[in-house]
Amino acid sequence: MTHGPPLIEADGIVKRFGSLLANDVAHFDVRPGEVVSLLGENGAGKSTLAKILYGYYAADAGEIRVRGERVDISSPRDARALGIGMVFQTFTLIPALSVFENVALFQSDLPAVMRRGEILARMRHYADRFHLAADPWQPVRQLAVGEQQKVEILKQVLAGARVLILDEPTKVLAPQECEGLFRTIAELRAEGFGIVLITHKLREVLSSADRIAVMRQARIAGTFDRREATQENLLRLMFGGALVAPARRTSPPIHDGHGYALELREVSTLGGSGAMQLRDLSIAFRPGEIVGVAGVSGNGQRELGELILGLRRPHAGTKLLWGEDASRWSVATVREKGVASIPDDPLALACVPGLTVRENLALGTGVRYRAGLGVDWQALDGDMQRSFARLKFPRPNFEARAATLSGGNLQRVVLAREFAHAPKLIVALYPTRGLDARSTMTVRALLEDARDGDAAVLIVSEDLDELFAVSDRLLVLYRGAIAGEFGPRDFRAEAVGPLMVGTGDRADAA
Amino acid sequence: MPRSAATLCLESALGAASRAALVTLVALGAFAALLTAAGKDPLKAYVDTIAYVFGNPYGFSELLVRMIPLLLTAVAVALPSRIGLINVGGEGQLYMGAWLTTAGALSLSDQPAYVLLPVLTLLGFVGGGLWALIAGVLRALRLVNETISTLLLNYVAPMIVGFFIFGPWRSPESASYPQSPAFVDAARLPSFFHTRVNAGLFYAFVCLLLYWLLMTRTRWGLEMRAIGGNPEAARQLGVPVFRIILIVMFLAGGVAGLAGMVEVTAIQGRLVSELSPGYGFIGFLVAWLAGTSAVGIVVMAFLFAVISSVGDILQITQGLPFAVVNILMAVILFIVLARRSVGSAAR
Repeated sequence: MTHGPPLIEADGIVKRFGSLLANDVAHFDVRPGEVVSLLGENGAGKSTLAKILYGYYAADAGEIRVRGERVDISSPRDARALGIGMVFQTFTLIPALSVFENVALFQSDLPAVMRRGEILARMRHYADRFHLAADPWQPVRQLAVGEQQKVEILKQVLAGARVLILDEPTKVLAPQECEGLFRTIAELRAEGFGIVLITHKLREVLSSADRIAVMRQARIAGTFDRREATQENLLRLMFGGALVAPARRTSPPIHDGHGYALELREVSTLGGSGAMQLRDLSIAFRPGEIVGVAGVSGNGQRELGELILGLRRPHAGTKLLWGEDASRWSVATVREKGVASIPDDPLALACVPGLTVRENLALGTGVRYRAGLGVDWQALDGDMQRSFARLKFPRPNFEARAATLSGGNLQRVVLAREFAHAPKLIVALYPTRGLDARSTMTVRALLEDARDGDAAVLIVSEDLDELFAVSDRLLVLYRGAIAGEFGPRDFRAEAVGPLMVGTGDRADAA
Repeated sequence: MPRSAATLCLESALGAASRAALVTLVALGAFAALLTAAGKDPLKAYVDTIAYVFGNPYGFSELLVRMIPLLLTAVAVALPSRIGLINVGGEGQLYMGAWLTTAGALSLSDQPAYVLLPVLTLLGFVGGGLWALIAGVLRALRLVNETISTLLLNYVAPMIVGFFIFGPWRSPESASYPQSPAFVDAARLPSFFHTRVNAGLFYAFVCLLLYWLLMTRTRWGLEMRAIGGNPEAARQLGVPVFRIILIVMFLAGGVAGLAGMVEVTAIQGRLVSELSPGYGFIGFLVAWLAGTSAVGIVVMAFLFAVISSVGDILQITQGLPFAVVNILMAVILFIVLARRSVGSAAR
């Protein structure tokens, strides 16, 4: 089906943000009936290129052609008029409106009196092909994330998009939902749509893309046909050969003599105000093991992390830390006893942007640096400098406001603080979300080092590959309860996936 | 670290001063136009004010007297603002401080001054503090926004005072005018140099100094600034947010309560119904314009003391009610608000 002139072509696109070169793309095109994958680590320029094609950013230089004709795209509205649609990571649906209303609202030339029948008929046509089960009159907020994504695509298609840009579409999905998405993509491809699939997951690329454009440092480092692409040559192009995926470490021997670092005995919490209720959790973590927690977001992972950190109290049951009843401990006490927390969003959850780096490093250190009524800044500086050195992070200016640091450097400040005092239990909630491949490797290596140093580590992630790579044991959370437990032998998406969406049961998974 | 904090403080004070100058000029211009339209002579009023305030010692001493409640109520606003809370209840806290002070002064009237004055100071602080704590508890429990509750409590406090001076505390000597009996001399805060300038000025500057030390030198200041900068991160890092909200609201209300204590013990000598011509609200303006800087608060309190002298002058020389000056203050408030919203839109 890949005939005719390209649906969209871009030549010589240059985009700078201040002194940062974000895009220097010689050529990029998408043909009808083709899935082109934009692959690259975070910051490589994938999203920038996509947003230029969608008119979200204006390029500093370069030319864009649609079906062979030179066009000027200065806003998303222009892009939509030219048949270019984009699905962002955060959806732009209105939760209270129905599927039909969301789709209709997006049509560019909606008359004052809608021709409902016509829109509905076209909707039904595509809904069948996409296996979109939702009733057109159902409010969007009742739909699962995967269904919402399909509505988002449907909306673009009905508004006349011929090129669809999907920005990291699988990031929000459970494994089963991913399959549904790729079926939808295959349908679109068969109908002659052009698809741009932005991702950094090699497996998805190799299974679904016709062509793969690898981006590195603002440029397209190379384009492969599906036939020529292999995991090795894609990786080499992505990282310039600098990165080798580390081999899975062998699990350390189980320490029989040790007590548990953390033990939950039939713990339940209260739900309400958006929080998932945890139900009858009984878990025990030993020192020297990494326990992964899998699950679709919103099934109690955050609440579990908050429970351990003392941000949420058990309503029933007991929480023990190193054998002591810690059910009523404050966050400060929990941290002083040696629990560290690595959140997914350091800017929102672990830093105060208006304070200096030094002040941020002092927060959460409890009684350690108390000096009279104030803080012993010298002792703090010394310890933190040593921590940065030990982690091999460049040391930022401690006087600088945290807000002036980049996201990556901020993450390092948080890691340096959390690892400064040899934590004995580390709670890592989506610790690599939003990090590029290199930083992801660093964080994983830190967690593994901590494990080898006899710390207990809890890692929550949506990325099964990540969990399979680092965990010694894997728990699946579904609706606030443990749906299953797996050893490394059973680390397979087919086994774990069904439990994540509540379709399997223990018998099936075994 | 100390030097940078001092520099920062100086910079913010200079910034506050220049902001104040600009805002004042515009406001004086607008107010002058209004007075002209009303057939009054604004220029004369302004010149008279300058002459009155800076031309004779008495005028200047009255300026200092007026600064006392403004400084105290401004600290009562600045302190919670550092943890992101907006306390507009300085007025009510002032009244409750005065109320509890009066309770002490009337029941302990046989005590000597060296016992009575410290006790009354403490009572004034506790009275305002507990009043603000109501709003603090409601806020910490996430039940009621503190801006709403402190504002509404402002209307309740003067009624409590009114109930007592019309009822149980009504002075037998002045049956026609509702007020408490006069305090004994031991309950009077000393004044100096045959003026009304009193020990309250000392209280105000001690509070300012403590406020500055707390914010810049202590780990509680750091924790407070953490809550103000990112409450969620502060919570996650083990900062006791709940406890700090309660303590800060109590302290803030206490400082405003001191203003009430000073008014009844130094100025009035008894509890009266019209205790404050809106000091709590002017203090809010002062703190807001000062941008929470301690030096800025002094600059702004001075400025607003001068402005309220304009009201006195208009009353004396041109027969206008004192309340006219509220128009001038309202104009200043509007200019500040307009500047804020323009600023945030530009950001």
